[in-house]
Amino acid sequence: MMTMKVDMNVTSGDVNLAVYRWGAAARKGTKAKPVIVLVHGYPDSASVWAGTAEALSQRYQVVAYDVRGAGRSSRPQDTSAYRLEHLVGDLAAVVDAVSPDQPVHLVGHDWGSIQSWEAVTTPRLKGRIASYTSMSGPSLDHAGMWLRARLASRSATDKAAVLKQLAHSWYIGAFHLPVLAPALWKVAGNALWPAMLARVEGIRDAAANPTQAEDGVHGVKLYRANVGERLSKPRLRTTDIPVQLVFPRGDHFMIEEIWDDLPRWVPNLWRCDVDAGHWLPVSHPQLVADKIARFVDFVQSGKQPADLQRARITAPGRPRRHAGKLVLITGAGSGFGRETALAFAEAGADVIAVDINKEAAERTATLCRLSEVSAWARVVDVGNARAMRSLASWVGKEFGAVDVVVNNAGIGLAGSFFDTSDADWDKVLKINLGGVIQGSRLFGAQMIESGRKGHIVNVASMGAYTPTRFMSAYNTSKAAVRMLSDCLRAELAEHDIHVATICPGLSITNITQSTRFVGVSEAEQQRKQSDATRLYQRRNLKPQAIARSILKAVEQRSAEVPVGVEAHGSRLLSRLVPGLSRRLAQLDLEP
Amino acid sequence: MENASPALKADDLAGFRAAQRLAYDCAEATAADMRPGMTERQVAARMKAWLVKHGATDCFHEPFAWFGDRTAFRGLIGIKQLGGFNPAFYPGLRRLERNMPFILDCAPTLYGYTADIGYCGVIGENATLDQLMDDLLEYRMLILEQVRARRPLAEISRAVDALCQRHGYEPRHKAYPFETLAHRIEILDDDGKDAHLTIANFGVRNISELVRDRVRGAREGWNPIWNSSAKSEHAPTPGLWAVEPHLGFRDVGAKWEELLVVTEDDAFWLDDDVPQVRRWKQRGLWPLEQAA
Repeated sequence: MMTMKVDMNVTSGDVNLAVYRWGAAARKGTKAKPVIVLVHGYPDSASVWAGTAEALSQRYQVVAYDVRGAGRSSRPQDTSAYRLEHLVGDLAAVVDAVSPDQPVHLVGHDWGSIQSWEAVTTPRLKGRIASYTSMSGPSLDHAGMWLRARLASRSATDKAAVLKQLAHSWYIGAFHLPVLAPALWKVAGNALWPAMLARVEGIRDAAANPTQAEDGVHGVKLYRANVGERLSKPRLRTTDIPVQLVFPRGDHFMIEEIWDDLPRWVPNLWRCDVDAGHWLPVSHPQLVADKIARFVDFVQSGKQPADLQRARITAPGRPRRHAGKLVLITGAGSGFGRETALAFAEAGADVIAVDINKEAAERTATLCRLSEVSAWARVVDVGNARAMRSLASWVGKEFGAVDVVVNNAGIGLAGSFFDTSDADWDKVLKINLGGVIQGSRLFGAQMIESGRKGHIVNVASMGAYTPTRFMSAYNTSKAAVRMLSDCLRAELAEHDIHVATICPGLSITNITQSTRFVGVSEAEQQRKQSDATRLYQRRNLKPQAIARSILKAVEQRSAEVPVGVEAHGSRLLSRLVPGLSRRLAQLDLEP
Repeated sequence: MENASPALKADDLAGFRAAQRLAYDCAEATAADMRPGMTERQVAARMKAWLVKHGATDCFHEPFAWFGDRTAFRGLIGIKQLGGFNPAFYPGLRRLERNMPFILDCAPTLYGYTADIGYCGVIGENATLDQLMDDLLEYRMLILEQVRARRPLAEISRAVDALCQRHGYEPRHKAYPFETLAHRIEILDDDGKDAHLTIANFGVRNISELVRDRVRGAREGWNPIWNSSAKSEHAPTPGLWAVEPHLGFRDVGAKWEELLVVTEDDAFWLDDDVPQVRRWKQRGLWPLEQAA
C-alpha cells in the first residue's frame, strides 16, 4: 500500500488532488469499461481502497483519490476549506478528468460516503453519476432530519435511538474540542491508530499509512466545518440515482436505525447487509468489490439479478432479520417444516416450500406470502434422488444457490427390529437419511460454487442419542443424520458453510399420526398412533419452538441444538451416564 | 324447510332471522362509523346503543369488540384457566389503527328471539385478514355438510380442528369459555319489558336457558356447548345453534357467527343473506352448487 503510485494530479481551485488508477481503459474500438470512483473516509487515504480496487480492476476502470487534507493531496489550513461544497467540487474535478465521456459509478465509505451523498443530492454533478454505493456514512442532512423527527416524536423507542446514536458518535463531540483532537493525533496517531483498528475492528495486517497522523489532524476539520451546521439546520436532500446501501452489521460507529428513513429521500434504493465491521473495505475487500460489481452491472445492463431484486427497499423501516435470504425447506407442508418456513418468511426471507403433498406445500407458500415475501411450492419426494436432482437444477437455474437449506422431511417408524422388513428399512433410510444426503450434497455444492456462506440445517431427533428397543430403524436414521452433519461440518468449514443438527424432543406434529407401527394389526396401529399423539400433546412442545431453534441456530451458527427438556436430558444421559441410557433403552415404553 | 322442526315453527324462524339481521345491521352500521383512535369500549358502547335504539330488549351477551392482535386471542386474552372466563375477553382500551383487524360480536334479543353474530373487518387493508376471511367459507360448508350427515358434534368439532391444521391456522374458539365452537340458543318470553338484567355482560335470561339445557342435556346425553370434548360425542341436537369458528394466524384472528337450524333429520343456516356470504360472492368464492 505504501508503494501506491500517484497516477495523475487534478487541480480543484487551489487544491491539488492525488489520483490513483487501476485497470486499463478499453482499447480503441471496444466498448468503454464502466468507471468506478472510490471516495475514502476519515482518517484514511485512498490506500484504504487498495484491495477493493485490485479486485475490481479486471472488468472496470477504477479510480481513487486522496481527499483534500489526506494522503498526498494538498492540506488547506482553513477549516472553511473543508466544507461539503468544496469536497463536491473536488469530486467533480476528478470525475471530469478521469471520465469526461461517460457517467461514473460512485462509491463512498465513511466521510467519503457523507460527501458523496452531498454530490448525488446536489446539482453540481447532475448527469455525471450513474449509481452510488454508500457504506457507513449518511447524508448529514438526512441525519439531521432523522434526529429532528426522533426528538419531536413522543415514542420512547425513537428517543432511545437518538441516545444510542449519540453514544456511538462520541468522537464527533471530541473532535470539536479545541486543540485536543489534533494534538492527540500528532502525539500518538501513528501508534494508536493501528492498535485501534486491531482492537475494535479485528484488522491486524493493515499496512501502516505513512500519512496517518497528518490525515488525522486535518481530517478533524471535516467535522468542524460541516457537522454542527448540517445537523442543526438540515435541508431536504433527495436523489433519483440508483443507490445501494451496504450496511455492515458490526459497525461500531453507526447504528442501524440511522437508515430507517432513507427511502423517503431515495426512491431507487437497494440495501444489502453484510457481516463485517466499519472498515469493511480493509477487512473484506473482495466482499465489497462483489457488492459494487453486482450493482454496477445491474445499472449498466438493466438486468436485475434475483438477489438484488430481494434487496430493493421501498418503505421506511429496517429490513427484517433474514431479508434478502432464500431458504429452502423440505417437508414444509406441515409440522416443523411449515413452522420453519413461516418463521423465516416472517423474518423477511423468501421461501421454497418443498413437500411430497402438493396442496400442503402450496398452502405453506400462500401463508408465507402473507409476510410479504416471495414463496414457491415444489412437490418432491426427498427419498427420490432423481426428483431431488431436478429440484436442485431448478434452484440452480432460477437462483444460483439458496442461503439456507433445511433438510427436515422425515417419517416415523416404530416396532420390534424383527418386525421391521427390508422394505421398511429401505423407506426410512431413503427418506430420513437419503433425503438429507441429497439435500446437503446438491444445495451444499451450489453454495460452494456460488461462494455463498450458507447454512445447511439437518433435522435429526433426540432419537439420535436415545437408544430404545422399539425404534431401531427411526433412531438409526436420525443418528446417521447427526454423524453425517458432524462430518459435513468439518469438510465445509473451509468454505464458511455452516452445518447445524437440530434434535427436537417430543413435539406435536402429524408425524405421530402417520408413524407406522410394524408387527401389529391395523386397529392396534391406529390405537397406538392416537396414544402417541396424545402423549405428545400432553408434552405440548410446539413445532413453533423447533422453528425458533432453527432460526436461532442459523443466526448463531450453532452446531447442534437439542430442543425441549427431554432432548437435553437424553443428550446428557448418553454422554454422562451411557450405562443408564442403555438400561432405559430396554424399557418397553412403546405406546 | 321451515316446518322441519316441531319445536321451531316458521314464525319462530322468521323471528330469529329478524334478530340476526338486526345484529348484522348493527355490526355493519357500527363498522361504517368506526375511525382510527376509537377504543374497543367506545365501539362496544356504540353497538349497544344502536341495538337498544333499534328495539333490542335483552341479549345473550353485551356487544364485544376486539382490535389488533386481540382478535387472535393470544397472550392474556387466550388464558384458558377458569373455563376460559377471562376478564381480558371484555372490551378494553385498545385503540383502533389503520390496517388493524377488528372483530365485532353482538347477541341481541328481539321479541324473545336471540341471535349471536360475529363480524370482522379492517379500516385499510390486511392481507392476513383477507386470507382468513376467504378460508372461513370452507368451515361454513364443512360444518353444515357434517351436521346434515348426522356426524357426532365432537367429531365435527375435531374435523374443524383438522381443517385448521391443514390451513395452518389455530382454532382460537378454543380460548372461549368451554372451548366453545357453538352454543345453544333458546326462545325467551316476549314479556314486553324494555330491558333485562345482565350480569358481567351476559344476559341472565339467556344464560339461564343455557344452564337449563345443560341440566336437561346431562339427563338426556347431550351438551348445549358444542366442542371437541366427550360430552359432545352425540348426534346433532335439534334446535338452534350459534356456531362461531374463530381462526387465528399469527397476530390476526377472524370469525363469523351464525345461527344453524338443526332439525330431526336435516340442517340449514338460518340466513344466507349475511355479510360474510355476500363477501364470498363478491370475491367469486361462493360455490353455487352448494349454496342451495
